[in-house]
Amino acid sequence: MTAPAAEPAPLAATPSLWRLFRGFFVMGATSLGGGVLAYLHTGLVARYRWLDDHTFVELMAISQSLPGLNATNMSILVGDRLRGWPGAVIAALGMCLPGASLMTAAAFVYGVGGDNPVSTAFLHAIAAGAVGLIMVVTVQLGSKVLTEIADYVFVALTAVLVALFHVPVPYALLGVGALAIWWHRPRRKDGAP
Amino acid sequence: MKQLADLAGVFAYISLLTVGGGMAAFPELKQLTVDVHHWVTFTQLMHYYSLGQLAPGPNMMMVASIGAQVAGLPGAAVVLVAFILPTGLLTFAIGRLWNRLAAWPWRPSIQRGLGAVSVGLVLAGAIVLGRGALAEPLSWVLAIGVFALLMRTHINPALPIVASGLIGLGVYFI
Repeated sequence: MTAPAAEPAPLAATPSLWRLFRGFFVMGATSLGGGVLAYLHTGLVARYRWLDDHTFVELMAISQSLPGLNATNMSILVGDRLRGWPGAVIAALGMCLPGASLMTAAAFVYGVGGDNPVSTAFLHAIAAGAVGLIMVVTVQLGSKVLTEIADYVFVALTAVLVALFHVPVPYALLGVGALAIWWHRPRRKDGAP
Repeated sequence: MKQLADLAGVFAYISLLTVGGGMAAFPELKQLTVDVHHWVTFTQLMHYYSLGQLAPGPNMMMVASIGAQVAGLPGAAVVLVAFILPTGLLTFAIGRLWNRLAAWPWRPSIQRGLGAVSVGLVLAGAIVLGRGALAEPLSWVLAIGVFALLMRTHINPALPIVASGLIGLGVYFI
């Protein structure tokens, strides 16, 4: 609610739809190696100055608590803030187009040479590397949201149900989710955690 | 036409499960695309997923690969729209309602509760991927190596993944 005392760099003028598309396309094409939100922060707050830090963090909180890919959600929210619904469409399109085109092309290349033993050796090895990366993502995500022992129980319960007992994701999400939300239910007093 | 409709249905459904990241939906993605519809093999799915880690932009653009393999360019387009539109509309609507929701006492409860579950889902995705990807000793070495490196440094994650691929190639030629 309180305005920051320090004078931040003034925001740039609201971009046109074309500039918005170009900006998101560039960010969508250069954000290699995951962690797109960091690239978005650099681009939106520092480079283009379309958003201040406070708004960025607020929109990021929304995009992370909803289903959907963080980067896509973030593009939609930022696009809507800047240019209404056409901005949301344009920003999401710009963000997804480079990666989606590349992966579409990858499917055609894969169809030609994917089961060649040399490419299989490469692809198996990057799949192994990707497991390492996703474990890092899990740990980083966990360090942000897991605050008490009960949270770890919910994590373990979800993972065991889905990965070992093949419970469909929506049931695990709704079942353990309801339990976890109830556990963290609003309380009138700051009593027991 | 039936195939495009199936693709649209499956990917619209999967998109709703991507809480906490695309990986949360991986077990269901595998179940539907590999076991139910036989659009790709598990190996192909793993390969596309890992290639997707090297592509720029949102990390699940690999869904376009599945669409393209099944039904060419129209398949890729249908899958992308189906994958992005439902959650996109939801985000758009909630984004506009957010200020009103900010004072709702259950909002932090939902955020914290679903936060824990989404970590569990991402972990489950990692286990499903790992069961397929970690077969021979080399793959364990690569996975643990990438994990250890990325936990200690802040280098671009694409680098150790490409390096894993090159090591895999090197070992193949030796």
